Amino acid sequence: MTGRYLLGRVAGLGIVVVVVSILAFALMHAVPGGPFDETQMPLPPAAKANILHKYALDKPLWVQYVNYVGHALRGDFGIPYQSPTETVLGLIARVWPVTLLLGGIVVAISFTCGLGLGILAAVRHNTWLDTLLTALASLGMTVPNFIIAIWLILILSVRLHWLPTGGWGQARLLIMPVIAYSLQPLAIVARYTRVAVLEVLSSDYVRTARAKGLSPARVVARHVLRNACIPIVTLLGPMIPDLFTGSIFIEFTFRIPGLGKFFVSSIFERDYPMIMATILLVAVLWSLTYLLSDLLYVVIDPRVRVGARGR
Amino acid sequence: MPAAGDAAALPRARPGAPGRRGLWTDAWRRFARNPVRIGAAATALLIVALSLLAPLIAPARYDVVNIAEPLAPPSPRHWLGTDAIGRDVLSRLLYGGRTSLEVALTVVGLGVVVGVPLGTLAGFAGGWVDYVIMRLVEVSTALPGLLLAMLVISVLGSGVGNVILALALAAWIEPCRLMRAQTLALRDREFVEAAWAQGATTGHLIGRHILPNALGPLIVVVTLNIPRMIFSEASLSFLGLGINDPLPSWGKMVSESVSYLEVSPMLGIAPTLMIAVAVLSLTLVGDGLRDALDPSKDQGL
Repeated sequence: MTGRYLLGRVAGLGIVVVVVSILAFALMHAVPGGPFDETQMPLPPAAKANILHKYALDKPLWVQYVNYVGHALRGDFGIPYQSPTETVLGLIARVWPVTLLLGGIVVAISFTCGLGLGILAAVRHNTWLDTLLTALASLGMTVPNFIIAIWLILILSVRLHWLPTGGWGQARLLIMPVIAYSLQPLAIVARYTRVAVLEVLSSDYVRTARAKGLSPARVVARHVLRNACIPIVTLLGPMIPDLFTGSIFIEFTFRIPGLGKFFVSSIFERDYPMIMATILLVAVLWSLTYLLSDLLYVVIDPRVRVGARGR
Repeated sequence: MPAAGDAAALPRARPGAPGRRGLWTDAWRRFARNPVRIGAAATALLIVALSLLAPLIAPARYDVVNIAEPLAPPSPRHWLGTDAIGRDVLSRLLYGGRTSLEVALTVVGLGVVVGVPLGTLAGFAGGWVDYVIMRLVEVSTALPGLLLAMLVISVLGSGVGNVILALALAAWIEPCRLMRAQTLALRDREFVEAAWAQGATTGHLIGRHILPNALGPLIVVVTLNIPRMIFSEASLSFLGLGINDPLPSWGKMVSESVSYLEVSPMLGIAPTLMIAVAVLSLTLVGDGLRDALDPSKDQGL
């Protein structure tokens, strides 16, 4: 049963990725204009036909797609137009670690601080602290991160002259991007934690534990936290691709040389090999994280049976 | 025959008019209980009014360039100063709100027009129709909406029309999912079965029973999608993938301000505040509506 469920899910994931790749490929080839700009350097028809033949551009679109997939499966995603001296894979391998580092710090901060603040708000339910934290969470969840980034620049750089407005390579340059970037995931985690903890706090076994004479701190640590974790784990999956989208704005604003910044420049330069590869990467990552968070849910919560969820 | 007429009118009037008024009055009462929501609703209305009235109240048109007066600080003539090529910031802010609302409302409207029929169809027809529509939803959610929009704009180019199209590609999903779930839940309820047993047509069932009962959650989804689309438009315009010159947009104004924050911080403060206030107030209104229209599902905020 579990094996079949898993197989079905993986197959579904594969189908989604294939469909996304077909749609993206078709979209990129639907635009007028090709790789040759003949306004500057007109080509004789025979030479053009030769080149088109060499790169298989004279073949029907589906043959070109199959060729692309064949190359992609062997790790060859082509040459990025914006940096012709390296391969798409090489460029991604060079700039992705920057985005991963930033994202890793943000995930770590938002989960630890988010859990802590969420529990704090729930334990101090209906006090001024709860209200304040809830209001801050609403702000963090709704306001785009580039706006927080501009406010940080206005305060910390323009007014106080504490930090430069952007850049990469020093630890202190991480301060503003990390704050602006982690506010939204932190707010989401805190808000979900608060609701989950409130729910667990009103359950019978917590009342029993309190009645036995356990201290409030022990009740939270032993009973509340473990059960409140279940809904929070499912947050992690959808958060990771959203984090990538977020990093686009953060890297753009703070001039950080990560995948997000290169993705924006590839859109401006119509760098289709790079766009295709990034889109595929995100589609695979997102589908995988959804699958993993569903599986994790089953592992953590024995009450959940596989196959019952997800529809 | 007055007696028979009264008898016929009575049972129809009782479940109809007063019950309906009761629902909306109750919802309003629940909404108004929280003063923060009233404030948010008033703020949202103010922003909408200011944006709609932009041509009447703006001190200048949004594209009047005055090279002689670049980056002027706030003054009685230019309340919020001028930008890098001497355009009045206040005027651009007001017209920018118009752009944001125009894009957001069109996208959300398109999402409803496409998503509601599709979702109702999926829920009602079931079988392979449902299967196809749900796979379509799955594929459309394989990328974050904003990323999908960027992909489309990378091909089509920027501009108001393309931004609307690019964002609408993901905006139908939520109304579709909601209507499918609502239809599935309502389809087997006794009152729908009773109507069906009496020979009601599918159109009648959907129009009289399914849609009116799904209206509350649908209003909530629509209200919450408006600030999300303002967010998305601002984000695209911030990257330079949104609205084209000379039309102003809040996101674009933020992006234009980045190089001049040292010289004139107001250029950055004004549009960022507008985006934050607009998105926040509309979200609070949406959250409030959710609690008001569906008291059984307490989100706890």
